Amino acid sequence: MRTWLVLFVIVLLLAMLPLVGDNYLLRLATTVCMYAVLAQSWNFIGGLAGYPSFATAAFFGIGAYTSAIMQNYGAPIVLGWGSAGLVAMIFAAFIGGAILHLRGHYFAIASLVLAEMLREIINGMPDFAGGGKGLNLPILPISVTAQAQFFFYAMLGLALVCTATAIVIHRSKLGFSLRCIQQNEDAANILGLNTYAYKTAAFSLSAVFVGFAGAIYASWVSYIEPPDVFDVLISVKPMVMVLLGGLGTIFGPALGALILLAFEEVVWRNFLTLHAAALGLIIVVLILFLPNGVLSLWNDWLPRKKPAR
Amino acid sequence: MTTLLTLDNVSRKFGGLNAVDGVSIAVEQGEIIGLIGPNGAGKTTLINVITGVHPATAGRVQFESRNITRARPYQIARLGIARTFQIVQPFPKLTVVDNVAAAALFCGHARSVRDAQAVAREQLAFTGLGDEADRPAASLTLARRKRLELAKSLAMRPKLLMLDEVNAGLNPAEVEDALAIIRKIAEQGVTIIVIEHLMKVVLSISDRLVVLHHGQLIAQGAPQEVVQETKVIEAYLGAKYAAKREQLH
Amino acid sequence: MIYLQIAANGLVLGGLYACIAVGFSLVWGVLNVINILHGSFIVLGSYVALFAYSYLGIHPFISTVIAGAVLYALGYALQAGIINRVVMAPVLITLTLTFGLDLILNNAMLAAFTADYQAVNLAHPLGVVQLGPVFLPGDRLAAMVLALLLTMLLYRLLRDSRIGRAIVAVRMDRDAAALMGVEVPRINAITFAAGAFMAGAAGALLSIIFPISPLNGPLFLGKAFVVCVLGGLGSVPGAMLGGLVLGVVESFSSYWFGPEHAVTLSFALLLVLLFVRPSGLMGRRGYE
Repeated sequence: MRTWLVLFVIVLLLAMLPLVGDNYLLRLATTVCMYAVLAQSWNFIGGLAGYPSFATAAFFGIGAYTSAIMQNYGAPIVLGWGSAGLVAMIFAAFIGGAILHLRGHYFAIASLVLAEMLREIINGMPDFAGGGKGLNLPILPISVTAQAQFFFYAMLGLALVCTATAIVIHRSKLGFSLRCIQQNEDAANILGLNTYAYKTAAFSLSAVFVGFAGAIYASWVSYIEPPDVFDVLISVKPMVMVLLGGLGTIFGPALGALILLAFEEVVWRNFLTLHAAALGLIIVVLILFLPNGVLSLWNDWLPRKKPAR
Repeated sequence: MTTLLTLDNVSRKFGGLNAVDGVSIAVEQGEIIGLIGPNGAGKTTLINVITGVHPATAGRVQFESRNITRARPYQIARLGIARTFQIVQPFPKLTVVDNVAAAALFCGHARSVRDAQAVAREQLAFTGLGDEADRPAASLTLARRKRLELAKSLAMRPKLLMLDEVNAGLNPAEVEDALAIIRKIAEQGVTIIVIEHLMKVVLSISDRLVVLHHGQLIAQGAPQEVVQETKVIEAYLGAKYAAKREQLH
Repeated sequence: MIYLQIAANGLVLGGLYACIAVGFSLVWGVLNVINILHGSFIVLGSYVALFAYSYLGIHPFISTVIAGAVLYALGYALQAGIINRVVMAPVLITLTLTFGLDLILNNAMLAAFTADYQAVNLAHPLGVVQLGPVFLPGDRLAAMVLALLLTMLLYRLLRDSRIGRAIVAVRMDRDAAALMGVEVPRINAITFAAGAFMAGAAGALLSIIFPISPLNGPLFLGKAFVVCVLGGLGSVPGAMLGGLVLGVVESFSSYWFGPEHAVTLSFALLLVLLFVRPSGLMGRRGYE
């Protein structure tokens, strides 16, 4: 109950942002919401099931391109967005069936290669998908401010749905089973769990919202190209955000997204050319000094509750 | 009596090695079978074959009326075959009660996580782990972790329970406790296969002994008779000792 | 005859791929760490050779040792100072850590050397060598021979030296090795440094063949991945075989389908291989 209340308050506060913020702040908030979705989604497969997936960029790009191609063939925006998530999910279910029998590094590599493959495939389809030149999307016939607000609310809504799903999953049989898989997959199997089916479910879940996010992103920036939407950083940043906020937690991914993007914004403004190095530095410091996320810092500072004797 | 589990000429190869070689056994409903043999005889491999972890490369495994030779471990578990591991396999960060709840949940004996936790607490009371229910599994002593393995497999409500050296590394008092629990389980009608090195324990608990050596079945029958057989003594102590013993008698 | 020429080109390329991948494979196999830095290490080796040639006139073939030594020092410092602290952590942690380190190193190279492609233009190239019906550029051939020699040297060192045996022991069983008196953290550092040495040496050899830029880092890393999966983990002969196979496959696929699809094809090969035989062509099952 308290978790739902926290979620409600956060979303309510964020929803009032357009009343006070300018378009710049709104753009930033939209990005935070988008990465919160990506991080939360990665948490299903990476945080709960413990599979180091680098497939986020693949799902994101699939979502973006599905929606863009459909709209270029005249489909309305709603249909484009809706199909994007479904296509990403179906793709994940199929690919998951093929690569989820791999563990550890092998799984990581296979998932990493997915985005690279897709990028090359799109590059090789100039007629259908624009190839290396990229694709333009129809621009909404409304004012710039209205657009900023529209995409902000769209991403916020998606983040809300995604987080609500996470809350339900964390408490369900699915969440419990995924935690068991993370700790001892063979033992879970021998106790009667169809681990393969559950892993595939987690992988598909980690794709569907990312697909939607990719579609909304494509409409938002109104132009996409392969190196942009299949960028490996789209896979890596959500992982860093989850590590930052706390692996396997509910609000950790969103918190991590906020912290990392705020930090990046500061670096972008002041040291543009060292942007990647700054991200690298965060990762190194995070892993060496805060392996349980920033929330662990919070817990350390709070006065300890004495156990009852 | 009805036959619960039938192994028909079952073999398991690893590369060129025959870890289990043409073994045929019929396990009757309700018996306690002691599975013995020297180190490397293929006892654990045989259990891995039955549970589908390393499926048989030849032969046929039948449980009740089903052919389970090629079934997956989770499917076999749901049919009612449970096992404990020689090396304990807990979910280390979960609490003891959640470890047991996982078994009840995965086998389909509980609808929700909460139901499963209720089932788990019953099993923990039965196995004497009630006090440690809310501690993380990693914090238990070895004897307690072995007990946890037992509680987990019981929460699966098995028809056949296979215990792989549940007593190894325990002191005599702990062994006595464990035996008492195993007898209680047997009284509930669960069929049990015990792998055990302590001969005293095997003899006191088994209805029938099955002896493996180099992956082959070399003897089976009533415990006191089987341990007198020359082949069995040879397997354990070598041919010379067996011959000397023959002369003495 | 054209097929013979293509195969020869592929083998020359493959010898260099083997050298690219062998250090990566060693680190992965022994430390269970995927070293994302490996691509940038190779690029750094190329820059060392470039500067040694343009300022000091040292031939890149001689620079293999210099570049190797520089990278050895860097690798030792990184492993002993940073990576050793989390070397036992789950895959996710070590992978993310080396990714972060790579972002720093690659960004530093971009800032120092710019993204512009540079090249070593040898004053006295070796010309073209004719082997029966096959023609090969002499410098490439020499680089390939050197690459294979270096790879075999590593193999001998692992087999016959005291430290080599210790590295192999850690690969087989870290705890048992520690109990036998192996100083595991130091062996970890030496292993990582040896991997970096091979990367640096490979970079120096590549400097006379490929244009040099920090942007090439991910490309080399990708090759190392594919070769490792092809050949199986942590084995030097596996990396050699994997490298040669990849070289030949790329050579033929760029002839048949055009060079722009060579990368896609090698990735497709990787995915198929992971699916059917995750332990590699020569590998044993059971390694994860």
